[in-house]
Amino acid sequence: MGLILVAAIILLAAVSLVGESLLGIEAKQTGADKSGNNYSIFPSFATNSTGADLPEFASKGTSTVLKKGFDIMLEGDAAKELVELPSSTFAVQPPNFLGISPIPKVEVVAGDEVKAGDIIFYDKKRPEVKYVAPVSGEVVAVNRGAKRSIAEVVILGDKEMKYRTYEAFDFATASREDLVNYLASSGVWPMIRQRPYDVVPNLDDIPKNIFISTFDTAPLAPDLNFVVQGREVAFQKGLDVLNKLTEGKVHLGLNGKEKPAAAFIDAQGVELNWFSGPHPAGNVGVQIHHTDPINAGDKVWVLGVQEVITLGALFTEGRFNAERVVALTGAELKKPTYVKTYLGANIENFVKDNLTNDHVRIVAGDVLSGKQKTAQGFLDFYTDQITVLEEGDEYEMFGWLVPTSSKPSVSNTFPTSALFPDIKYKANTNTRGERRAFVVTGQYEKVLPMDIYPQHLMKAIMANDFERMEGLGLYELSEEDLALCEFTCTSKMPLQKILREGLNTMRDQG
Amino acid sequence: MALLDFLKKIEPDKKKSPFLHTLYDGFFTFAYTPNTVTSDGVHIRDGMDLKRTMVMVVLAMQLCYIFGSYNIGHQHFVAIGENTGLLEGFLLKIVYGLVKILPIFLVTHIVGLGIEFFYAAKKGHAIEEGFLVSGALIPLIMPPDIPLWILALSVTFAVIIGKEAFGGTGMNILNIALLARVFVFFAYPTTISGDEVWVAGLEACSGGAAVDYGFIETSIINPLFGWLGMSGFNEAATVVDGYTGATPLGLASKGGWDAVTAVYSTDQMWWGAIPGSIGETCKPFIIAGALLLVTIGIASWRVMLSMLMGAAFMAFALNLWGATPFMEVPWMYQFYMGSFFFAMAFMATDPVTAASTNTGKWIYGFLIGMVGMIVRVMNPAYPEGWMLAILFMNVFAPLIDHYVLESNINKRLKRA
Repeated sequence: MGLILVAAIILLAAVSLVGESLLGIEAKQTGADKSGNNYSIFPSFATNSTGADLPEFASKGTSTVLKKGFDIMLEGDAAKELVELPSSTFAVQPPNFLGISPIPKVEVVAGDEVKAGDIIFYDKKRPEVKYVAPVSGEVVAVNRGAKRSIAEVVILGDKEMKYRTYEAFDFATASREDLVNYLASSGVWPMIRQRPYDVVPNLDDIPKNIFISTFDTAPLAPDLNFVVQGREVAFQKGLDVLNKLTEGKVHLGLNGKEKPAAAFIDAQGVELNWFSGPHPAGNVGVQIHHTDPINAGDKVWVLGVQEVITLGALFTEGRFNAERVVALTGAELKKPTYVKTYLGANIENFVKDNLTNDHVRIVAGDVLSGKQKTAQGFLDFYTDQITVLEEGDEYEMFGWLVPTSSKPSVSNTFPTSALFPDIKYKANTNTRGERRAFVVTGQYEKVLPMDIYPQHLMKAIMANDFERMEGLGLYELSEEDLALCEFTCTSKMPLQKILREGLNTMRDQG
Repeated sequence: MALLDFLKKIEPDKKKSPFLHTLYDGFFTFAYTPNTVTSDGVHIRDGMDLKRTMVMVVLAMQLCYIFGSYNIGHQHFVAIGENTGLLEGFLLKIVYGLVKILPIFLVTHIVGLGIEFFYAAKKGHAIEEGFLVSGALIPLIMPPDIPLWILALSVTFAVIIGKEAFGGTGMNILNIALLARVFVFFAYPTTISGDEVWVAGLEACSGGAAVDYGFIETSIINPLFGWLGMSGFNEAATVVDGYTGATPLGLASKGGWDAVTAVYSTDQMWWGAIPGSIGETCKPFIIAGALLLVTIGIASWRVMLSMLMGAAFMAFALNLWGATPFMEVPWMYQFYMGSFFFAMAFMATDPVTAASTNTGKWIYGFLIGMVGMIVRVMNPAYPEGWMLAILFMNVFAPLIDHYVLESNINKRLKRA
């Protein structure tokens, strides 16, 4: 008798579960789920357990609740204070810009004096797009990398900044073409990146839409509400400029969990899209996927908040203002904080006398998709964060079985991460195991809030199957979107690298 | 750190003796997680790796191992009419079970891991962990009296043809453990089907047949137990009259549910004190393992749940048809018999051979449930279906995934 009862309950549960998922899918497909409303059989249950309703400040615009994802909790959040740490040197690094030729035409030689906004180099394939100096000063070196490629042009910054003067630009009478040419010649054009591929867009392309994410959910990422402070006017101006560049809309992705700065909520002339959920909810790629996804042949543009500010400042201040607020983060920094500096600043001054020990890795960007740097290296063009974490080159006895040190994990096999999700960890760079073939399935889908099958996409890339790559949504992804999948990967696969290979293949195909 | 220094000192040279180095590397990475650091991509990695994943599955099976060892002994003594109570002669039953199960376990691992090590050294890659789980599963799905040479042959077949031929761990199409079993099933059917094979240590499963004790029982355990003042194995014992050794499924295929309940009670079947393969009889312990795997997120609950639904649905449909006594067995009682839960928890959920998309998993599990129940009830020769159903659906899993992916691709095309 008891068994019949148990079986009946299981069957009932199963039926309602399937019904629930089907309803959810239906709601998504018909677009009814946009508002974050609950269309399941037990709405009250879901609302209470996940907090599906967005708070009041998110009343304007569309909203999406994302359940998949994972917040990696790390020690070393930057304190909300702005420190001025003058760097002596700055660099423009051609390798920061994907897809340009490895030996661009450098317009300066060592010893030249440049002003902020003066042309440093241009790509021979696209000579109209100028890449300019972020600061004024003396060019001290043009360093070359492998095969005589230009690695960096180093400028010794002036104490008193001098700016290149621009002709005033008349918004009212100018055409879109005039505007594009003005942006390209003034040096702010590279602030814009095109999806797919994450490259600087062509001048004659008209984007379907332009997307800006106003919050970053990556581990220890800077709080952009803090970053935008005092520069609201330039930000709004930047949005106005972008509005002239697209025939579609300018979409702003806002954080539905915490009240964003007024500059974001009250932004004019843009569509507000609220997103609430764990990382990667703040990734612009995820936001595009849920707003107006990229189809084959589409081109959309994306910008970071500080890039929009530099773009706007060209019009509000009439100069190339490459000021950057950078978050210094990580457990191995004595004093994690925000610093005010300029694009391409030398990292040494930020970490000098600030490290807890010598055995560390310095990353420009976050721990998931940043680039490893030496202390003498420079900030990358699109990064606004430095993370310092411990190198993990040590053996751990039975490390795979009994964790002797706590480590962040998506897996419930680690009791600390399963039971206490708010604990912060001091992660290091150990690989935590060896590379294997794909074995476990479904783990990427758990942390990627997109309708994409990452493992099958990876296999399509490895097999060079163009049709599949395109069909499975390669164009919608950028490295940062798959970074969390790579973190969780049981087989320790290099997903971001594979993805970039796929993107490069497709770009070469045209 | 003294141990680490010692291990580093005895590391064999990779060029001079590649096989030794592979072997060393396999054991060393078990003792210590390597000191490699991330490069190119994420800078921190999740603590989860394949070793931990595999070991968690093995851990989930441990209750089955304990009960399996006991049940081998228990069934043996029930057949000869001694110590028929559950706890009577408990120690002797466990010891007898271990005498049977340890050689099976050792042969499986020596043969399987040996082949694994050989191929790893030959291909020059690290030893992969896949056989940890296969090797733990194989003893549990064999009859206790399986001749060891047949076992060795089946493991060899499964690992070489099933896995290495396809490229190693993660590349196989068919479940390795089930492939080993299906090899025995088709190559040596008399050792793995019928009424005779499920109880260990009997000359035959009929009244009056003699027991079949070996050197270990008569010359090591009996003196030892005698010395400890306990009774040992009775070499003169004979099988009790009327004993057949038939499994519940064997009975059900002949006479329906009435024939089953005439011999076994439902409690007995649920708790597993019945003849069968070593690890598959005790349902509560298997369900405990399954729940562990689902809780820690290693096995797919989608496959398990949909397989349960598929089997229940088919059993119910067969009830409605009701052409044979077996079809008329009430649908929920089908779960009391046979190895459904074991197949559900440990076999169907193998991530490599199952469907790899979440939607695909629902379809895959449901079809295993349906096909397995059909084979169990309608196959005239052999009254159990999960092994064949899972292998069958293993072959179809890529096709299921293909259609799921196609629908994803089409959705994207339609959107454009």
